[in-house]
Amino acid sequence: MADRIRFVLNDRLEEPAGVSPMTTLLDWLRDRRGLKGTKEGCAEGDCGACTVVLERADGKREAMNACIALLGQMDGCAIRTVEGLAGKEGAPHPVQAAMAEADATQCGFCTPGFVMSAYAFASGGEKPDIATIHDALAGNLCRCTGYRPIVDALARVGSLAPDPVAAAPVRKDSASFDGVFFAPRTLADLLKLRAEHPDALLLAGATDVGLLASRARKPPKSVIHVAHVPELAAIAETDKEIAIGAAVPYACALPVLTSSFPTLHAYLTRLGSRQIRTLGTIGGNIGTASPIGDMPPVLLALGARLTLASIRGERELPLDDFFLDYRKTALAPDEVIRSLTLPRLRPGEVFFCDKVSKRRDQDISTVAGAYRLRMHDGRVEAARLAFGGMAAIPKRASQAEAALAKDGFAAARAAIARDFRPIDDWRGTGAYRLQVAANLLRRLELRLAEPARALEVEAL
Amino acid sequence: MSVHRSLRHDSALKHLSGQAVYIDDMPEPAGTLHGALILSPIACGRLRRLGTEAVAKMPGVVAVFGPDDIPGKNDVAAVGQNEPLFAVDRIDYAGQPLALVVAETLDAARHAAERAVIDIEPAEAILDVETALARQAYVQAPSTVLRGDPDTAMTSAPHKISAEFEVGGQEHFYLEGQIAFALPGEDGDMVVHSSTQHPTEVQHICARLLGCDFARITATVRRLGGGFGGKESNASWVAGAAAVAARHTGKPVKLRLPREVDMIATGKRHPFLIRYTVGFDDEGKVLALDAVLAADAGWSLDLTPGVVARALTHTDNAYWIPHFRAVGYACRTNKQSNTAFRGFGGPQGVVVMEDALDRIAARLGRDPDDVRALNFYEEGQETPYGQAVEQNHLPRLWRELKAWAEIDRRRAEIAAFNKANPVLKRGLGLFPIKFGISFNIPHMNQAGALVHIYSDGSIRLNHGGTEMGQGLFIKVAQVVAEVFKVDVERIRPSATSTAEVPNTSPTAASTGSDLNGWAAFEAANTLKKRMIAFAAQHFGAAEGEIEFADGNVRIAKPGSNQVVSFDELARLCYFGRVSLSSTGYYQTPKIHWDGAAMKGRPFFYFAYGAAAAEVAIDTLTGETRVLRADLIQDCGASLNPAIDLGQIEGAFVQGQGWLTCEELWWDKKGLLRTVGPSTYKIPGSRDAPTVFNVKMLENAPNVEATIFRSKAVGEPPLMLATAVWTALKDAIASAGDRKVPIRLDAPATPERVLAAIQHVHEGLS
Repeated sequence: MADRIRFVLNDRLEEPAGVSPMTTLLDWLRDRRGLKGTKEGCAEGDCGACTVVLERADGKREAMNACIALLGQMDGCAIRTVEGLAGKEGAPHPVQAAMAEADATQCGFCTPGFVMSAYAFASGGEKPDIATIHDALAGNLCRCTGYRPIVDALARVGSLAPDPVAAAPVRKDSASFDGVFFAPRTLADLLKLRAEHPDALLLAGATDVGLLASRARKPPKSVIHVAHVPELAAIAETDKEIAIGAAVPYACALPVLTSSFPTLHAYLTRLGSRQIRTLGTIGGNIGTASPIGDMPPVLLALGARLTLASIRGERELPLDDFFLDYRKTALAPDEVIRSLTLPRLRPGEVFFCDKVSKRRDQDISTVAGAYRLRMHDGRVEAARLAFGGMAAIPKRASQAEAALAKDGFAAARAAIARDFRPIDDWRGTGAYRLQVAANLLRRLELRLAEPARALEVEAL
Repeated sequence: MSVHRSLRHDSALKHLSGQAVYIDDMPEPAGTLHGALILSPIACGRLRRLGTEAVAKMPGVVAVFGPDDIPGKNDVAAVGQNEPLFAVDRIDYAGQPLALVVAETLDAARHAAERAVIDIEPAEAILDVETALARQAYVQAPSTVLRGDPDTAMTSAPHKISAEFEVGGQEHFYLEGQIAFALPGEDGDMVVHSSTQHPTEVQHICARLLGCDFARITATVRRLGGGFGGKESNASWVAGAAAVAARHTGKPVKLRLPREVDMIATGKRHPFLIRYTVGFDDEGKVLALDAVLAADAGWSLDLTPGVVARALTHTDNAYWIPHFRAVGYACRTNKQSNTAFRGFGGPQGVVVMEDALDRIAARLGRDPDDVRALNFYEEGQETPYGQAVEQNHLPRLWRELKAWAEIDRRRAEIAAFNKANPVLKRGLGLFPIKFGISFNIPHMNQAGALVHIYSDGSIRLNHGGTEMGQGLFIKVAQVVAEVFKVDVERIRPSATSTAEVPNTSPTAASTGSDLNGWAAFEAANTLKKRMIAFAAQHFGAAEGEIEFADGNVRIAKPGSNQVVSFDELARLCYFGRVSLSSTGYYQTPKIHWDGAAMKGRPFFYFAYGAAAAEVAIDTLTGETRVLRADLIQDCGASLNPAIDLGQIEGAFVQGQGWLTCEELWWDKKGLLRTVGPSTYKIPGSRDAPTVFNVKMLENAPNVEATIFRSKAVGEPPLMLATAVWTALKDAIASAGDRKVPIRLDAPATPERVLAAIQHVHEGLS
C-alpha cells in the first residue's frame, strides 16, 4: 500500500509529500507549510500555545494540541489553524475582536492558542458561564495577563451561530503511510497488523505517544493507529452495562459516562484539558498503564472488564488483573484492547471520586481515589476503593476495603498505610500521599453523612 | 490627549491573528544551521573529558563547539567574571552547558548532542542554603543594612519573637523559550536577533566571546514572548553561543532552547531562607528587627548582588523600624544560577515583616490589619538605608482598601463560616507595598531614544526599551504622539536595536516607560522645537504662536488663523532643510547609592499599593483556592490605564503562583525534575481570584517629575500577592485556636498547607 495522507487544512485539501507520517502536526505546519501562527511553548501538550481546532464530521469543533499530534493521525481530518480564522471581509473573527476589545493579549505568544480554544468553545453552543469558560481554557497557559481579560472576552462572545464545518476527505479502506504508520479500517485488519507487527506501538490519540515525537524527538519506528476501527470507536449501552470502545476519545465518552455516573463529571473535566480529551482515549490511558493515569482508579473501583482481541480470538479480563507492574500489563504482544465494559450502579450503590493535585486543572494527580460502595441502612456493606499515585500501578486498597465493610471508616483510614507504600516525588512525598488517601476516606464519610455540606474548596 | 488614555496594545491584532513575528517565526536564509546544547548531567565535579567524536559523525552535523573554539573570552558574566559559556574543568550544576552542536536541522543537532560522551569526576554538591551557610560558601561577601542599635533595642523590648521560614524559587515560564538567531556579515560583523530584555548586554557578551569591538555586533529584537527578568542575563549567553557558531561556520545559526533545556540550563528567582527576631511593645509597635536573608544564588554571581540589595532595601516594606539590621547572604549552591525575576529580591524582602507582624498580632491578640497600620511609615521618615519616604500613600491606601473590600464585615462573616465548618476554612489577608523605583545601580538609570519624522509626516520611533508584552511600545508612542499632538497611529514603533540606540540599560526594574518615555519625549521635543522655529520663520510668526493640536499646526499670530497639517509642515521642513531626526536622552535625577555602606537614595520614588485576598483551604487535603482579591495600585497618573491594569492583574497572578502552586523540585543528586508545564505548575485561568477587583489609586500624580507624572507598574503589584500567603496563614490558624504560630513556607502547595494544619492540630493537643 502506498497511501498518501490527506486532510483538510483551513478549507484546503492537503496531501503532504516527502514528510514522515511521524512528524508532528506542529512541525509540519511551521516548518513545512510555513504557517507560523501556531506556536511551540512546551512540546508536551500542556501549555496550549499550539492549539488548533479539529472539525469533526458531526459538526463539532474541538481544540487539540498540534505539538503532540502525528501527521498520520490527521489523515481524514479537517483542521483549522489561526491562519484559517477570520471574520467577514477580512475583519477579525468575533473571538479575536472580543479579545482585542478586552485587552486580552500582552506578549502574544500564547494568544493564537487561546484564540483557537476560544473559537472551539464559542462554536460549541455551550453556555458561556464562568465555570465552563475555565473548562474551555484549562489547556492554555498565559504568563502575562492573569487570565481575567481572556475570560471576560469569552463571556462576551458567548455562543456563535453554528457555521458548517469543512468537509474532511473520507477514507474507506485501511491505509499505510510509508510502511510505518498503519491505519486499519476494520478490526480484522487491525488484528492482522497487530500479529504481524508486535513491535509497532498501538496509537490511539497520541496524547502520550506523541511526546516521543515532540519532546524526545524520537518518534516510534512504527505505529498502528486504532482510531478508525469501528469496533474500537463504538459505544454500546444496556440497562446493566456500558461498553466503550478503546479508541473512543474522552470528549465523546464524557457525556455517556457522566450521565451514568454524575459524580464523575467534575473529575473528568479535570482529566487533562479539552485539547487532550479531544484525542486522548480511555483505552490509551489503560494501555500505557501509568500509575498516575486518572481513569484506571475509576475503572477499578467501578469493576470494569476489558475485552482483549487478537487473531486468536477475544477474551475478557477484569481490569483488576490487567496491571502487573510499573508500565507492565497482561496484554499479549498480539492483542489489542477492544473495549471496556462498566457495570452500572445497582440500587443501593453509590460512586464517588477525588483528584488531588498541585493545580486544579490540567495537572497530573498526586493522589486520585475512586470508590464504589454498596450501602445498607446508612452503612457501607461492601466497598471497592481504588487509588492512583499510591503505587507502581493503579491499585485497589484491599485492606481498607475489607476494614470499611467490617469496621467502618476509621478502620479503613488506618488500613491505607498497610495497603500502600507510595514514593516521594515532585508531586508530593509518600507521607503526604498516605495522609491524603486516608483523609479522602474521611471526605467520603462526610459526603455520605452530610450530602449537602460543601466539602471541597471548589464548592465555595 | 494621547497619554493617560486606555489605548490597546499596538500588536494586539497581530497577536490574535498569529501575524506577530517572534524570532522563531522569521524566515530563515538558505543554509541556516540549528544548534543544540550538550549539558552536564552532574551537579558538581571535574570535567575529565568531553567526547564529541560520535557527535560530529552524526548525519547533518556541521560542527561541535566547546570552550577552545571561543575566539575571545569564555565568559558570559553579566556583572562579575569567570562565568564560562562552556564549562572548563569545573562542573558547577546539572544543566551547565558544555558545548554546542550545530547541524543542518534542529533534530539532527538534538540527536547528535545526545551522543556526547561526558566524563565527569563527581564531587559533593551543595544543594541547599543551610549547607552553604554552614560552609560559608558565598558568591559575594555578606552585606548589611543597619540603622540604630538593634541589639540593645532588642534586649530592652517588652516582647520578642524569633522565627524562620523559606520562600522558594520561581521559573519564569515565558511562553516563548530562549532563542537567538545570529547572522554573520562582512568583516566579522554580526547581527544577532535575540529574545532579550537587554540587547546591549547581548552585544557586549557576543563581542567578548568573539573578541571584537562592540561596534561589530548588532543585537536586535522586535518583541519577546515574555521575559519577566528571565531574558535579562540568560538571553545573552544563548545569543553568544549562536554567535560563536555563526562566526566559525559563516552561516546563520539559530539556537532555540527546548522547554526542558531552558528550564534545566537557565536561572530562576532566588529562593531565600529567612531568620529574624523582632522586638515590639504592648501595642504591637515594632522596636527592632534583626534579620538574616540568605539567598540561594546558584552556582555563580549572575545578577545576585542586585537581588540581595533589593531584598535588603525592601525588608522594611511599609514599616518604620527604628532599630534595624538585615544581613544578606548570597549562598553558592550547585544549582542553576539564579537571576532577575520580576521584583528582583523585593518579594523575598517584603515577606519578612509580613510574617513578623502576623506573629505579633497573634501574640498580642490584636487585629493584624491594625498592627500593620500602627507601624506604617509617617511622611518623611527615613528607611533604614537613609531614603526619606515621600508622598506616602500607605495610610490612604489602607483606609480605601478596608472600606472598598469591606474588610470588617468579611472578617466577621469568615469567622462565622469557620465556626460552622470543620473541614473547609476561609482566611483573609491584607498587604501593603512600598516599592522603590530605579535600578539600585545609579549608572543604569539612563536611556536613549531616536525619533525620525519623514517628509510625509509619518514618525518612526526607536528607543532602548524592549517590548515583551508589557505595552512599553504603545506607552512610549503615546508620549511621542502627545508631544506632536498627533494620533498615536502615526507613530511607528520599531525593533529595539543596538544599532539605533547604543549603550542601553535592560528593560527591567519596572523602569521601561519611566526611562524610555522621557528619552523619547526629549527626542520628540527637540524635533518639535526645530519645527516651531522653522514654522515661525516660514510663516512670519513668533515661536510662541506656533501651536500643535489634533494632527495640525496652527499659526496663531494675531489676525491669522492659518492651519497646516503636521504632514505639510514636515514636508515644508524637509524643503527648508531642517533635520527631522533626533536622539533623546534621559538620566534619572536625585539618585545616589553607597553600595559598601548600603546607604543613600537608590530610588527616584516609591510606588505604593495595597491588597486584600480571601482564600479557602481544605483541611483534609491542603488544597487551596483564592476566592477574592481586591487590589489598589498607585500608578501615579497612569500613562495608559488599560495597559497598567493588565500589568497589575498579571503580576498578581504571577506572584500568587510563586507563593502557591509553583514548586521547583530537585532530586537528591541535584537534577531539576520539574522541567515543563506538566511538572511545573503555573496558575491556570481557574486559579486567578474568582472575584478580582482591581483599581488604580485615583488623583495621585507622582510628585517627582516622571514622564507625565506616571509611575512604574511592572513589579510592585507582583508583591500584592503576598496577601494570598497571609490569608492562607489566617485560614490555617482557624483550624486551631488562632494562638499557635503558623510557619508556612512558600510555595504553599497543598502538601505544605496540610503540614501547617497538622502542626496547628499538634499545637492544640
